[in-house]
Amino acid sequence: MNPFPLQIVTPDGIYFDGEAQQVIVRTTEGEVGILRGHADYVAALSIGEARITVDGQVRRAACNSGMISVNKGLVRVVAVTFEWSDDIDLERAQRAKEKAEKALQEKTGEVELRTAELKLKRALTRIKVAK
Amino acid sequence: MAGASMKDIKLRIKSVESTMQITKAMELVASSKLRRAKERVERTRPFFNILHETLMDIAYSNKEFSSPYIMTREVKKSCYVVVAGDRGLAGGYNANLFKMAAQHMADKDAVVLPVGKKTVEYFERRGVPMITTDYRVVEDIGLTTCYAMAELICRQYLERKFDEVYVVYTNFVSMLSQDPAVLKVLPLNFDRTQATNDSARGLMIYEPSSEEVYDRIVPQYVSGILYGAVAESLASELGARRTAMEAANKNAGEMVEDLSLRYNRARQAVITQEITEIVSGAEAQN
Repeated sequence: MNPFPLQIVTPDGIYFDGEAQQVIVRTTEGEVGILRGHADYVAALSIGEARITVDGQVRRAACNSGMISVNKGLVRVVAVTFEWSDDIDLERAQRAKEKAEKALQEKTGEVELRTAELKLKRALTRIKVAK
Repeated sequence: MAGASMKDIKLRIKSVESTMQITKAMELVASSKLRRAKERVERTRPFFNILHETLMDIAYSNKEFSSPYIMTREVKKSCYVVVAGDRGLAGGYNANLFKMAAQHMADKDAVVLPVGKKTVEYFERRGVPMITTDYRVVEDIGLTTCYAMAELICRQYLERKFDEVYVVYTNFVSMLSQDPAVLKVLPLNFDRTQATNDSARGLMIYEPSSEEVYDRIVPQYVSGILYGAVAESLASELGARRTAMEAANKNAGEMVEDLSLRYNRARQAVITQEITEIVSGAEAQN
């Protein structure tokens, strides 16, 4: 597969800047794979796993909200959080999962329920990617 | 001057010196925190620049495009996010900001989302309605908190609880000067007169649609603005505190110098008096 330039940008700075052969991310519409020569494209990301092929090796990451854009061959993943599988703190994710589950059972207000749901989703993605 | 006054002066010197120790420590803490706060702002910049670019691209690429976030509507109620400090001892930092906010809000029906302990206290005292007082501690505010705040604001904005959103914060100009500022957040203020159906931009595929992508990105963009405002304000607070503490140190130093001079004079006066007494006593015996 032919490589193309990829940038991964998070609020903590530019996380990755180099060449990749394939990018698979979860958008609001489902999983999308990007290869070299993709048409100009913008989509919003949801919470999910990202798989990025660098030098023939697939690297997995937990990716949360933001967007992906392809502009004249340059692919940008602009995510609120982005963590490679080896960087994920599994214990912390487990704890977050338990906390979110508890909050869901307590059934407080609508707003709290929604935030708890999102938290649970993020924790589950992290756990899945880290394992 | 007698011995009792000497003791008084000594006590005062001690008390000034211990105050000076505190102000010195505060100055050092503020300087080191300031560096970190500034680095944090720099790091987040590319992320929000890209979001901003994309929002502009979408808004300009298509004349028919519309989103509740860019439509201006009649303003009945305004929302102000006011970012000030948690603590005083930072010169005029809090006071200047509140003055600015009060001026801007003067003839408006406003609700406030206060950030920082001093802000909460200020608006509580004045009985201004507040959306939430959950954001009391400025120093703890990270991106996730800003994101939650932005979601709250965007949701209430879409529900038409208010029709415009401003953020009042302090701009970090330099170490010595920090200016309070008011920034309009919503509705997004893009000059659409230049919008064209430019073919190069029109080819961009938006999934599921440009409106959908737009409405998804806006809360993230707003959280970016808030985060930037909080970070700038925090840097300003630390800068103001550093300057205030530096001045306090200088004043304390001058005071100690002045007091030591007075102390030494008093000591000399006592010794002179003693010598005079001894000499006159010896003369009397002869």
